Amino acid sequence: MASLLQSRTPGLSFSSSLSSTPVRRPSAFFLKPRSGSRIPVVRAKIREIFMPALSSTMTEGKIVSWIKSEGDVLSKGESVVVVESDKADMDVETFYDGILAAIVINEGETAPVGAAIGILAETEDEIAEAKAKATSQSSLAPAPSTPKVEEPSPAPKLDAPSPAVAAAPAPTAAPSTPGKVVATPFAKKLAKQHKVDIDKLVGTGPFGRITPEDVEKAAGITPASKSNVAAPAAPAASVAPAAVPPKAPSSFPEIPGSTVVPFTTMQTAVSKNMVESLSVPTFRVGYPIATDALDALYEKVKPKGVTMTALLAKSAAMALAQHPVVNATCKDGKSFTYNSSINIAVAVAINGGLITPVLQDADKLDLYLLSQKWKELVEKARAKQLQPNEYNSGTFTLSNLGMFGVDRFDAILPPGQGAIMAVGASKPTVLADKDGFFSVKNKMLVNVTADHRIIYGADLAAFLQTFSKIIENPKSLTM
Amino acid sequence: MQSAISLSLSSPSTIARSDCTAAAAANSYICTPRSLRFCGLRREAFKSKSFNSLSVSTRLLPCSRNSSFKKVCAALQSNGAPSKGEFDYDLVIIGAGVGGHGAALHAVEKGLKTAIIEGDVVGGTCVNRGCVPSKALLAVSGRMRELQNEHHMRSFGLQVAAAGYDKQGVADHANNLASKIRSNLTNSMKALGVDILTGTGTILGPQKLKFGKGGSGDTIITAKDIIIATGSVPLVPKGIEVDGKSVITSDHALKLEFVPEWIAIVGSGYIGLEFSDVYTALGSEVTFIEALDQLMPGFDPEIGKLAQRVLINPRKIDHHTGVFASKITPAKDGNPVIIELIDAKTKEPKGTVEVNAALIATGRAPFTQGLGLENINVQTQRGFVPVDERMRVIDSTGKLVPHLYCIGDANGKMMLAHAASAQGISVVEQVSGKDHVLNHLSIPAACFTHPEISMVGLTEPQAREKAEKEGFEVSITKTSFKANTKALAENEGEGIAKLIYRADTGEILGVHIFGLHAADLIHEASNAIAMGTRIQELKFAVHAHPTLSEVLDELFKSAKVVSSSHVAQPVAV
Repeated sequence: MASLLQSRTPGLSFSSSLSSTPVRRPSAFFLKPRSGSRIPVVRAKIREIFMPALSSTMTEGKIVSWIKSEGDVLSKGESVVVVESDKADMDVETFYDGILAAIVINEGETAPVGAAIGILAETEDEIAEAKAKATSQSSLAPAPSTPKVEEPSPAPKLDAPSPAVAAAPAPTAAPSTPGKVVATPFAKKLAKQHKVDIDKLVGTGPFGRITPEDVEKAAGITPASKSNVAAPAAPAASVAPAAVPPKAPSSFPEIPGSTVVPFTTMQTAVSKNMVESLSVPTFRVGYPIATDALDALYEKVKPKGVTMTALLAKSAAMALAQHPVVNATCKDGKSFTYNSSINIAVAVAINGGLITPVLQDADKLDLYLLSQKWKELVEKARAKQLQPNEYNSGTFTLSNLGMFGVDRFDAILPPGQGAIMAVGASKPTVLADKDGFFSVKNKMLVNVTADHRIIYGADLAAFLQTFSKIIENPKSLTM
Repeated sequence: MQSAISLSLSSPSTIARSDCTAAAAANSYICTPRSLRFCGLRREAFKSKSFNSLSVSTRLLPCSRNSSFKKVCAALQSNGAPSKGEFDYDLVIIGAGVGGHGAALHAVEKGLKTAIIEGDVVGGTCVNRGCVPSKALLAVSGRMRELQNEHHMRSFGLQVAAAGYDKQGVADHANNLASKIRSNLTNSMKALGVDILTGTGTILGPQKLKFGKGGSGDTIITAKDIIIATGSVPLVPKGIEVDGKSVITSDHALKLEFVPEWIAIVGSGYIGLEFSDVYTALGSEVTFIEALDQLMPGFDPEIGKLAQRVLINPRKIDHHTGVFASKITPAKDGNPVIIELIDAKTKEPKGTVEVNAALIATGRAPFTQGLGLENINVQTQRGFVPVDERMRVIDSTGKLVPHLYCIGDANGKMMLAHAASAQGISVVEQVSGKDHVLNHLSIPAACFTHPEISMVGLTEPQAREKAEKEGFEVSITKTSFKANTKALAENEGEGIAKLIYRADTGEILGVHIFGLHAADLIHEASNAIAMGTRIQELKFAVHAHPTLSEVLDELFKSAKVVSSSHVAQPVAV
């Protein structure tokens, strides 16, 4: 496979033997003159065989086997070594004639892309010298000096976090045993991928271990890490400019001691829906409603298990039946979608989340059935057993914060619905009637948020008028 | 096993009926006239350089489907009567695992009065602490993996919001599955009238044993033949302290009491691999500790390498190879689990690993203590009961112990549930008067990672070694899942199937599959090996399109058999 690839693009596959600066080329096998100092004149004749980059994601390769052994004479185009990348095993061939003087990286060993894996001598005379290079190479091998081969672009990125690392106190949990592993498997993988020197990191995980987050921070991947670097660097003016420029808008200054708690599934869904709601042009209309009659009715039916939620849902459903446009949905911005049933979704706060169990066909069910249904839904919601159609089939939403004493608020329109009603607390209010008599009556404020693409001010006003009539004369609710 | 898994019934009459069919099916597998040619004799066939040894096959008596079926139904009426009244039972099996269960079912079918002794729970390791609950966990991990792979989902055009799991729900699924299978197994034996005797079984002498809770309450029974099927327990090497919480074996891990952030798995065989699949899918990071120089020893090297690229490298897994975990200290007093490593060869210290938990998956040790083997002069080898190729127990003088057999993990021949069951059936065949030798090379094995790995027969190095010894040439052909329509439709093109065969005879030496549903695909090859079907015959078999089975179809079709004649000429060497 590799040989095919290489024979097609021989020009790309190795750097010129005259090139003095090591340049990383996009593909395969490259030979580079050893910039040794002992015999500068003949240096082009001893070449290092480098670990090729066999794929765009390859960072290191493992020598599966050397097809040739030390002392073998190689001719151009011959396969020399089999290298295993992250994707496949490939034969790697030479583009130079010569003698394989020394093998630097043995079978089964791994070397980073660009590191010397073998030494090629042009003539037999140079074998000894090449071997000497090889020994110096292999003594260096444990600390591969990859940075040299790097493209220039990632270098500054790497530099940025280093001041922070340096400024940090020396590793508190200094490894007592050599070879002690304190980085998690994924952290090691990330470090390799982002070329972060894991030995220089200070672990923040349990038992002082280096976690994937530590590596990401050091590599400057997460926005949080950027601000982390920027904040302490600010007073030390000289370092700051390097770290600050990276796109600041998305990063907030980190307050020390804060904890980050990821969203639960439910919270993720809420967040997504809320952001989505921003694409809908909404407006709000408020309406005061006297509730004395409703309160009286509530006192009467309460012993029968009827809840205020059921009363409000039933009232809203009955009003919606007369104003179908408020129960409609605008799906594409071009049409009205009139829903055939009136399904009242009621917002409920549950264990740090928010869910909207739906009372289906709320206009058709009587108050008692509706109350019973509501009870079941709430129990199911607590047990996390709501079926999707029990929380996402709403055509109109009701949100009531009145029980907490909230006198008015406005709600965000959930995607897929035309309107949402926010109900405040019912409070005794001094009223003057048209004859100038003062009286004290209970009054609540309702505030409806609606999609103005389909529901206009007059529609909402008419709907609210109907709704308030039902509430103020609630006999119809029990019929 | 084969019958038990499929039933989930409560009415005894239905159980009896379906068992009858299942047993008959199993029976036809063993002794349809066609299988006479090779069944059980592959060992000899392999050993001999030419195939003229086929004449040996006359040792197998033909038995027709009809007669055996009648026998099954007759057996259902009662659990046979002990022959001649000399013994309490015709057959007593010690251990009601999958091996014992398979043997018991087959024994009843053969009209033997059968009892099975179980000191713990029916089902043994496989059902309660092995294959069965682990499959439940792997079913979950497979789905998690798929749902979490956004790229994979998007390529289907699917959108999935952050997938999560409820640990207790996952653990319950595994537990419920185990109890369901356990009750199926118990019911299937009860329905056939197998006597289930509770307690520890101990052999007192030839054809004589006792069972009970120990002490004077034990009951002594006699049996014409005895099968030892006591199975195995997780092997815990010296220096490792298992506390059941932070340092665990598969027994504990299957209960999924906690999902550690970082777990070290000691051993990268089937058990270790499957657990790495489960744990990484549930969010853990994994460190493998393997004593051999490479991960996944025991797999065909090529398959192992590819599997490593798919199952290990891209996941949150790292590994230490060529090292022993010389000492493992459980987490306590706020310290993590500490694992001390030493070089497997030089025994030099190789540092320590600190993790949240360690799973010991270094293999399994036979459970043969307290069997009373000393009463019949049998000495175990590293705990295993020595047996010949017919599972007959060999005593310390090298002689066969009459009427005593040992199957399954306890003999260590092939530590797989279905191998135990096959060995049990083979033994029952023998005690009911038919000679039978099980061909272990036809027994498939599978590892249920995502994707799965499966194999039957020899690995490539084994085949090459055999070829060198016997003077034939090994040919190899491979096909990729990338060329399979069904695999591509599932977006699961990763995988290969590899066929190792003799080009001169068309004989299959081994098949290895790594890819989607590999465990289900292997049986076409394992059956072919068991039946002695040649590649040139298999080439004409038709596979439904589009199915994954076409991977094997293609594999057989791509094989080049030199001689197409069915009977290979003996080759002069």
